[in-house]
Amino acid sequence: MPTVDRYPTLSILMHWVMALLIVAAFGLALYFDDLPLSPTKFKLIGWHKWLGITALALVALRLVIRLLTKAPPLPAHMSRLEKLAASGGHLLLYVLMFAIPLSGWAMSSALGFKVVYLTVLPLPDLVAQNEALGETLKAVHGTLNWILAACVAGHVAFAIKHHVIDRDGTLFRMSFKTPRN
Amino acid sequence: MKFLIPALMVLSASSMLYAAQPDAAQSRIGFTLKQLNVPMDGAFRKVSGTVNLDLKKPAAGKADLIIDTNSISLPTREAEAEARKKDWFNVAQYPTARFVSSSIKPLGGNRFQVAGKLTLKGITRDVSAPFTARQDGKLTVVEGTLPISRTQFKIGEGEWADTGTVADEVAIKFKVAFSGN
Repeated sequence: MPTVDRYPTLSILMHWVMALLIVAAFGLALYFDDLPLSPTKFKLIGWHKWLGITALALVALRLVIRLLTKAPPLPAHMSRLEKLAASGGHLLLYVLMFAIPLSGWAMSSALGFKVVYLTVLPLPDLVAQNEALGETLKAVHGTLNWILAACVAGHVAFAIKHHVIDRDGTLFRMSFKTPRN
Repeated sequence: MKFLIPALMVLSASSMLYAAQPDAAQSRIGFTLKQLNVPMDGAFRKVSGTVNLDLKKPAAGKADLIIDTNSISLPTREAEAEARKKDWFNVAQYPTARFVSSSIKPLGGNRFQVAGKLTLKGITRDVSAPFTARQDGKLTVVEGTLPISRTQFKIGEGEWADTGTVADEVAIKFKVAFSGN
């Protein structure tokens, strides 16, 4: 197994925290979407929004760090096209990580349910209250999430491919531990 | 002055006899509730009844307001449907809510204090709220906020009786406009 350059430790940490946030927020929404209105549903929606706003703040920080620091190089065996595809995939993930919480936030504003982060910090409305717009944004928010689910599946599949088939150590770029030679 | 005094006498005499109906377009019984500290605005679109208030003789004033509970307006249709159900306003059994004033006292300037009985969902309680009054053309506009405990009126029964999600205190924001005086 070749040794690899890793991402900075902070970036690795943020990557995995983001993964947890996305899985948690996505799973919560899948669960509460069909529930009838109840105090439990309100609570779950509240937590979902907090996870989403946390993810939005985190992705903004990640973007800054990603732009300021150099990502470790991609494996040499990859073709130009493969490298381009990998970068494109990562770019798409970033776009979605911004677009999804923002669409959820805007949807909340439009539907007249403000976002109050952790019950203490009221966030400003992104758009004026408008139920029709809210329903549209709800559909957009949902669709973007399924696109993200597909992208994450691809992201994971390629990470496994690199690890198991190419055996090029790419997965260790995001690992807290580098393997012993 | 010679013609002003008789004119005033006519005006005040008419105000004593004349009980006005709330102006449908200008009057609004709004409310704000909080779920997980997220403020949510709603309103009852239809308010009828009679108001007789001469701002110069507030003690003789009287208000009897009838609110159509079915006219509830909330940010989403889903929330409105929920609010009409048995656990909330039970509009099928209690189609109206009513406020009957017992006293109106001047607090100085354009500020007054009204006390009376509020009947919500068949439960009657003594309530009291300060309000302001102003003249808007031919209309007298009365506005104030009355905080109530929703659980005292059984607004939100069953699982909704839990005030951890939907707070117990609901601020009723009344605006009643009527002609005369």
